[in-house]
Amino acid sequence: MKLITAVIKPHRLDEVKDALQAFGVHGLTITEASGYGRQRGHTEVYRGAEYTVDLVPKIRIEVLVEDADAEELVDVIVKAARTGKIGDGKVWSVPVDDAVRVRTGERGPDAL
Amino acid sequence: MPPGILTLAADKATLSPANTGFMLICSALVMVMTPALAFFYGGMVRVKSVLNMLMMSFISLGIVTILWVLYGFGLAFGTDSGGFIGWNGNFAGLSGIGLTELWGTSTIPVYVFAVFQLMFAVITPALISGALADRVKFTAWALFITLWVTVVYFPVAHWVWGEGGWLYELKVIDFAGGTAVHINAGAAALGVLLVVGKRIGFKKDPMRPHSLPLVMLGAGLLWFGWFGFNAGSWLGNDDGIGAVAFVNTQVATAAAMLGWLAYEKLRHGSFTTLGAASGAVAGLVAITPACGAVSPLGAIAVGAIAGVLCAMAVNLKYKLGYDDSLDVIGVHLVGGVVGSLLIGFFATGGVQSKAKGLFYGGGFEQLGRQAVGVVCVLLYSLVVSYVLAKVIDLVMGFRVGEDEEVAGIDQAAHAETAYDFTGAGGGTVGRRGPGLGESLTKKVDA
Repeated sequence: MKLITAVIKPHRLDEVKDALQAFGVHGLTITEASGYGRQRGHTEVYRGAEYTVDLVPKIRIEVLVEDADAEELVDVIVKAARTGKIGDGKVWSVPVDDAVRVRTGERGPDAL
Repeated sequence: MPPGILTLAADKATLSPANTGFMLICSALVMVMTPALAFFYGGMVRVKSVLNMLMMSFISLGIVTILWVLYGFGLAFGTDSGGFIGWNGNFAGLSGIGLTELWGTSTIPVYVFAVFQLMFAVITPALISGALADRVKFTAWALFITLWVTVVYFPVAHWVWGEGGWLYELKVIDFAGGTAVHINAGAAALGVLLVVGKRIGFKKDPMRPHSLPLVMLGAGLLWFGWFGFNAGSWLGNDDGIGAVAFVNTQVATAAAMLGWLAYEKLRHGSFTTLGAASGAVAGLVAITPACGAVSPLGAIAVGAIAGVLCAMAVNLKYKLGYDDSLDVIGVHLVGGVVGSLLIGFFATGGVQSKAKGLFYGGGFEQLGRQAVGVVCVLLYSLVVSYVLAKVIDLVMGFRVGEDEEVAGIDQAAHAETAYDFTGAGGGTVGRRGPGLGESLTKKVDA
């Protein structure tokens, strides 16, 4: 199994979710996150005082998949999340040792 | 404020039900300015100290109301002695006043005048609190309010508005409180700041407003309440002057908001909501002393000049290194000075008094009087406020501890949190919880 993590622009969430559903993913977890990459933050002005806001809002998506699907699924997410502008985010995958469905106790790929 | 001027006829004035009703409504409008100010300020601080900011204004409604009834009204508006202070035993406890006894030559009962002026006394110390965000002990602040209104606000209100008060007799024009309220509060803020010092992390940590919608709501409510503050200050509408004050209040505020927005667009690149709210308040402050002296076109000038100058003034604190957290000096002191001095230029001589400003052929005479009023109130408030703050600091310490300030004063001073976004606060239900059984005192699942 692999855990795919994607950090994307918040307004691309619906596209990514639809693409994942179309691909056949049964579940995912979403977290509101903040951070920065090459995009860096932005500047705000309050009564003339400038504040540099480093961290910008992002959405973090986590999906558990079988090894065979991982590479293709990464491509699906990247395609759905891309706007072509700076700050589109990142997608990565890591191997996962084990997974358990809490309700039934099923383990491994059966738990997905 | 018109005590001596409103004499309409030689015969004795009679109680006017219309003016009395109008003034009671105006009193309620001025009352709502203090909660409005609380929200205006509260939105500008960080999440961890918004409750304390709200309470610093609300506590003034409690303390100053009582003091005003006990002795404040007597000191400010009693029989003059020496031009400096008043006293009238009948005003103590408001207990020796007849139900239909009229205030001076006006057409409203003394009770109405007393409660209208009470609201002014409440909001003035509350204005100071914006300079002290995040960092002062609540008990020290309550003590400061008590002492400050007693030795600064009550006397200064007497100087400016009391029959026999020395600035009143000098014919300094202050229709509704440019000197007595705004310069007074702004200078006091500076005096206290010199003792209290800056917030931990000033100029280093980001201290942006936690809720600009609250700031806009507060500014809008202030604008609304200010019609009572200004138009009510003529104590009636028999001669149309209260209506001029109302119109000028609206006009100057509009011009100041536009002035501030234009300045910051050119200087910083954006039209900000905080700029719109601040500009409106700067305009309200500046037109406060002038709304009975200038024409509507004059009010546009007063507002626009105040909007731009205050927008420039709020940046001084970063250059000079004093932490006037929410710009009480930049908006109220500067706005009050601008409005008070501009009377010397824009007074038409055709509204509340015959005094003409420089631009209407009146020469420098009125400008000179205004300058005396501005300088004297500013210096008196600055020096006495500094001394009061110093004494409080020596006796009990004015600031909260460093760890309490960093963790957030809301927790330390009020044992509360302003916003619970998650519902995942954890913790347990305390034993003192109202009517909760033992089973509920277990740990609450996050």
